Amino acid sequence: MEWVNAIVQGILLGGLFALFATGLSLAFGVMRFVNLAHGDLAILAAFLAVSFASTLDVNPFVTMALVVPIMAAGGYVLQRFGFNWSIGADPLPSILVTFGLAVVIQNALLEQYSADSQGLDVGSFETRSIEFTDDIAVGWFPVLILGVAVVVLVGLQLFLSFTRMGRAFRATSDNPSTARLMGINDRNIYAVVMAIAFATVAVAGLFLGIRQTFGPTDGPAQLIFAFEAVVIGGLGSLWGTLLGGIILGVAQTVGNQVDVEYNVLSGPLFGHLIFLVVLAVRPSGLLGRRQG
Amino acid sequence: MSPLLEVSELSSGYGDFRALYDISITVNEGETLAVIGANGAGKTTLLRAITGLVPTWSGSIRFDGQDLLSVPAHKRVAEGITMVPEGRLLFPSLNVRENLLVGGHGRRPGPWTVERVVEVFPLLAPLLGRPSAVLSGGEQQAVAIGRALMANPRLILFDEVSLGLAPVVVRQLYAALPEITAHGATALVVEQDIGQAMTVADQVVCLLEGRVSLEGPSADLDRADITAAYFGMGHRPETRADGVEN
Repeated sequence: MEWVNAIVQGILLGGLFALFATGLSLAFGVMRFVNLAHGDLAILAAFLAVSFASTLDVNPFVTMALVVPIMAAGGYVLQRFGFNWSIGADPLPSILVTFGLAVVIQNALLEQYSADSQGLDVGSFETRSIEFTDDIAVGWFPVLILGVAVVVLVGLQLFLSFTRMGRAFRATSDNPSTARLMGINDRNIYAVVMAIAFATVAVAGLFLGIRQTFGPTDGPAQLIFAFEAVVIGGLGSLWGTLLGGIILGVAQTVGNQVDVEYNVLSGPLFGHLIFLVVLAVRPSGLLGRRQG
Repeated sequence: MSPLLEVSELSSGYGDFRALYDISITVNEGETLAVIGANGAGKTTLLRAITGLVPTWSGSIRFDGQDLLSVPAHKRVAEGITMVPEGRLLFPSLNVRENLLVGGHGRRPGPWTVERVVEVFPLLAPLLGRPSAVLSGGEQQAVAIGRALMANPRLILFDEVSLGLAPVVVRQLYAALPEITAHGATALVVEQDIGQAMTVADQVVCLLEGRVSLEGPSADLDRADITAAYFGMGHRPETRADGVEN
C-alpha cells in the first residue's frame, strides 16, 4: 500500500514539474530558445508574491492575479526588445544570455530579500486532504496543482492546434522566413511565446512557494527538474512535457520509499537515473519528434 | 495600363556577394511578366528583394506608386504582395487545410477561400486533412500556390513552379493561371523553362549574371535572341553549346 501511495503522490508531484517545464518546452519548441533563467524566474515570481501578500495583506493565491500578468508582460518586453537578438538556428546565444540573466536575478533577490528562507502561507488549505484508505491520503493542494497543470497544457495544446495564432506559432516554428511571407511577424510571435512561458512559470513558482520554503538561490535546482521533465517527455511536445513531469514525480516519490532514511537524496537521485536512462535509450524523448 | 510594380536600379545580394546589378523592371496591372535566366542569374534574389526577405542595397521598389523599402517583409503581404517560393516550402507541422489557412493570416479582404482554391485545384479536395509532407511534388506545388492565393494578392510572385515536376503536372498547374489572374491578381513568373514562360507571359525579362540582358513583349521576341541573352552569347546562339559558363 505504501507503494501505491508513493505512486499517487508522485503523479501529483508530477503536476508541479510539468507546470515548471511548460514554458521551457514551449520556448524550445517554437523558437529553439533554451532559457537557463527559467528556475530563477519561478523563484522571482514567488518573492513577488511574498511582497504583494505582505503589503496588500491578502492570501498568496490572490497575488496570482498580479504576479502572473506582471511576469507575462515582463516576458513579452524582454523577448521583444532583448532576447530576439539571440534567436537563430544556434541555441548557444540564448543559453549565454539567459545564464547571465539567472545570475542577475539571483543577486537582485539576495540584495532585496536577503538569504533568509521565505514561505507563502495559504492557511489550512495547504494541509487539508481526503483519506481514501489508512495508507492513501490525497492533499487538496497537490490535486489543485496537477489540475492546473493539466488545464494549462491541454489549453495550450488546443490553442496551438485550433486557433489562428496557434497556427502562426507552428508555422513560425517550422520556418520563420516563410512565415514572414504569410504576413506573420515572427518577432512578435516569439514575444508572445515568452509571455506565456513567463506566466506559466510564475504560476509554478507560486505553487512551489506555497508547498515549501524557498531562497534566492533555489532556482537552478528547479531548472534541473524542469529540464528533466522536458527531455523525458520529448523536446517541443506539450503532451510529452505532462508525461515527463509525471514520470519524474513518480520516480522521485518511489525513490523516497526505497531509502526512507535518506529520502531527500534518494528521491531526486531516482529522478536523475530515469532521466539518464531515457537520454540513453531514446534521446528524442518519449513523445518527441524524431530528428529528421 | 498603370504600373503596379516598379523596380528601378535595384542592387541586392547576400553578405559580400552581390547578386543583382541595377535591375529595373516594371509589371503593369493585369499583365503577366516572366523573368527568365539560367541558374544563378539572380531571379530568386529579385523576388526575395520584392518580398523583403533579402535587403535592398540600393535602388527603389514601388508598389502601386508607394515606396516599399520602408515596409518590413511581414507587412508587404497586407499590401497585396505574395510569393510561391522555390521548393514550395510548405509548413510540415500543418496539414493541407492549415497550410492554406495560414496563407490568409493577414486577413486581407478578397475573393479567395479554401473552397475557392479547391475549385481551382480539384486534386486538393481529398487531401485537405493530410499532413503536407506526404503529398507528391505536384500536389505540394498546388498547395503552395493556393496558400499564396489565400492572401488575396494583387501581385503574386511564382518562383520556379516547374522545378522538379513532370511536364504534364506543370501544364496542369499553369492551366490555373488565367483563372488566378481573372480574380484580379497580376503575376510575375520566374522560370528556367523558357517555353513555359513564353506561353503564359505578356512581357519577358531575361536576366544574366545579375543584369537585364533582354526585355520585351513575349510575342515580339525572337527565339534566337532569347537563347543568346539567356546564355550570354551576344548574337551567336549557334555556338551556345560551349558558352554556358560565359
